[in-house]
Amino acid sequence: MAADDSLAVTPFGSCPLPKSRYDHILLGHGSGGQLTADLIQRLFLPGFANDVLGALEDQATLRDCRLQIADCRLQIGSSNLQSAICNLQSGWVAFTTDSFVVRPLFFPGGDIGRLAVHGTVNDLAVGGARPMYLSAAFILEEGLPLVDLQRIVASMRAACREAGVALVTGDTKVVDRGKGDGVFITTSGIGLVPEGRSLSIHAARPGDRILVSGTLGDHGIAIMSVREGLEFETVLESDTASLAGLTEAILEACPSTRCMRDPTRGGLSSALNELAAASRVGVELDEAAVPLRPEVRGACEMLGLDPLYVANEGKLIAVVPPEDAERVLAAMRAHPLGRNAALIGEVVAGHPGMVILRSRVGGERVVTLLAGEQLPRIC
Amino acid sequence: MCLGIPGKVIETYRENDVLMGKVDFSGISKRVCLEHVHGVQPGEYVLVHVGFALSRLDEAEAGRVFALLEEMNQFDELKIPLADEPGVG
Amino acid sequence: MKYVDEYRDGGAARKLATAIAHTVTRPWTIMEVCGGQTHTIVKSGIDRLLPPQVELVHGPGCPVCVTSLEMIDRAHAIASRPEVTFCSFGDMLRVPGSRGDLLQLKSQGSDVRVVYSPLDAVNLAAARPERQVVFFAIGFETTAPPNAMAVWMARKRRLTNFSVLVSHVLVPPMITALLQAPGNRVRGFLGPGHVCTVMGTGEYEPIARRYRVPVVVTGFEPLDLLEGVFRTVRQLEAGRAEVENQYARAVRDEGNPASRRLIEDVFEVCDRKWRGVGLIPKSGFKLRYEYRDHDAERRFEVADIETQESSLCISGQILKGLKKPHDCPAFGKECTPQSPLGATMVSAEGACAAYHAYGRHLAVYSGRPRGGAENAPLRGRPLNRGAGP
Repeated sequence: MAADDSLAVTPFGSCPLPKSRYDHILLGHGSGGQLTADLIQRLFLPGFANDVLGALEDQATLRDCRLQIADCRLQIGSSNLQSAICNLQSGWVAFTTDSFVVRPLFFPGGDIGRLAVHGTVNDLAVGGARPMYLSAAFILEEGLPLVDLQRIVASMRAACREAGVALVTGDTKVVDRGKGDGVFITTSGIGLVPEGRSLSIHAARPGDRILVSGTLGDHGIAIMSVREGLEFETVLESDTASLAGLTEAILEACPSTRCMRDPTRGGLSSALNELAAASRVGVELDEAAVPLRPEVRGACEMLGLDPLYVANEGKLIAVVPPEDAERVLAAMRAHPLGRNAALIGEVVAGHPGMVILRSRVGGERVVTLLAGEQLPRIC
Repeated sequence: MCLGIPGKVIETYRENDVLMGKVDFSGISKRVCLEHVHGVQPGEYVLVHVGFALSRLDEAEAGRVFALLEEMNQFDELKIPLADEPGVG
Repeated sequence: MKYVDEYRDGGAARKLATAIAHTVTRPWTIMEVCGGQTHTIVKSGIDRLLPPQVELVHGPGCPVCVTSLEMIDRAHAIASRPEVTFCSFGDMLRVPGSRGDLLQLKSQGSDVRVVYSPLDAVNLAAARPERQVVFFAIGFETTAPPNAMAVWMARKRRLTNFSVLVSHVLVPPMITALLQAPGNRVRGFLGPGHVCTVMGTGEYEPIARRYRVPVVVTGFEPLDLLEGVFRTVRQLEAGRAEVENQYARAVRDEGNPASRRLIEDVFEVCDRKWRGVGLIPKSGFKLRYEYRDHDAERRFEVADIETQESSLCISGQILKGLKKPHDCPAFGKECTPQSPLGATMVSAEGACAAYHAYGRHLAVYSGRPRGGAENAPLRGRPLNRGAGP
């Protein structure tokens, strides 16, 4: 793509901003595809310039920041003596941030608050961290009904409890009516990556198998189904969920899991393309093996959408050494969030950086990064 | 062009004096205008394009490509290599 | 999914591909008319299953791509007005006009909305009487019945705040223009399956006869396309030039009489300018005088704008099947889906966009000459489906 790197005077100093045909931010910049990748590569990475950020993992493991936590439980003995069993765990701090702008605020299967907790927890969990603490900053639009905010907070509290994390700090700001979308939530999360664990999207090797924890496209289609202009009569639920238990089950079955990712915006395609690029390997995907709910498939067919590009909020992919694949698959399927887990592909040495899919019909094609926002098509 | 997919009619009703229906696509249902497939009954399949039923699907005709494939079984019997094996294409 | 899954069966596909390989004795160039057919071909990799003698060229069957620059500019002008709620099919939003696309207009604050169906726009107009709701009525004949129904319903419900910007295009005049163009290599057509559910197959008889080209009306699933190619090749080898109906499960020879009556009532044939191709006489629909109250061009008095198409863009040659996307020096470089220069890159169904989306510009396909190597597998071996080493 032609990039005219002209120097421009910007708040970042002389950070070169590429000449792009867009002067304004577009929706496509948030879709998790090519435009998002460009914005990160050309604006944010050079702007903030550091190695940890540059690795572009889902969370930052701060390897110069050791952590020791005491996980203490009280035991009451028969003679009323109390003793404390303390489990000392050491490892490194994992740190992540995320923001949530979903519309509508309340959708089948969840709401923006629940999504915020799960999304942050999952970013930590897929990096092998045990999620511990969250922060949440709210940007509220003037005029938001208080009962809505109460619902969101209650939902977040329940989600935190389920995920075993505590929301320990926060902030609130209000913007004028019309300048927000009801609620925006920005979170950060801190977790512990136990000593000895090292997952990374740079770690995939030829021969590794790619597993997915369940059906794809559920969240994106659920959101679309309640958006104006595209309503379905059927109610489809988002799959939003905390994956922390599932990731632990996977890592217990296979400590040498290369990496895990949650395919959120941009869908499976973005997650696999990022993996292929970071590890400099090829990925081969079997279309027939990708699990899809029939309703999601029906909706995608009807709107002309490709499920490989649709967002998920309660699913993960795991890249594991070939000899461990069966065992990990069994461990996933034994977990409530992994019942439909499947082996969908393989890491190969050929065509590095590229994801190739074999279609049901026996043909093949390259799965490229989403260009902009996926829009329903007429033809 | 023209993304059209088959869906199953679940029910029909009139709205603003036009025949409408609830059509199912593998568990997803959508309101579709059935005005140009008058007489369609629940259980039948229609071809839907942008919320509009263009035609009814004919089950008997739908089997035609498979009849053609049956004729082609003669290729199997002659043991001619298939398209993705060496020596062909 | 019934009527879908059966037509995606891998074993059946291979059989059809083999049958084609065994029927063909010399090179044939066949054009699939519809963008949706192009999409399936490229997405399922069907063209790569065919023997090297069969070349598929992609037709201008994408109404989004061929909507003229003037029409996009008119849409832009209307949508910029503060009182207008501009409704459109999703993929039209990214088509670039002289001053940008509708998506950019939306990012600047205009009320531009995606709708799935024109009937949704009518309902929106009824629900929001204070807004001027305009629907961008594009499409081939397939979309004419729903668009006509929308106008008819608006009139019936006396919705004075609903109008349509019409830019329908018709297939038979386009095919004829293609066959008359110098340098045409197309010898047979996979006809437009969904257009024919509405219009029937009769319009293609005179074309088949006059130009001695088989026209096989074809569906959109992989097996439909393979069967369509098989039947076309079979005719070509036998020296026949007839209209066949491969998509008989959805297409009747007479089409849909009720739809044709409504189209006749609401629209009339007019000349149309096709982006990348030029003016084709009597190749479009416009609203009849009786429905002028719902004609957005009249209501908003949008003036014509001079257009400049990129000199780099060879859309016209691609649309006529004379060149392939990767023949274009700008393909994948100056011209990408994010920054399209011409018609065939703008919509997901355009040949260039389809090729780009499925990676045909990438190194893995480069350096392959036409002929057998073009159809060799991308990788050397089949996908390993087993878990374990």
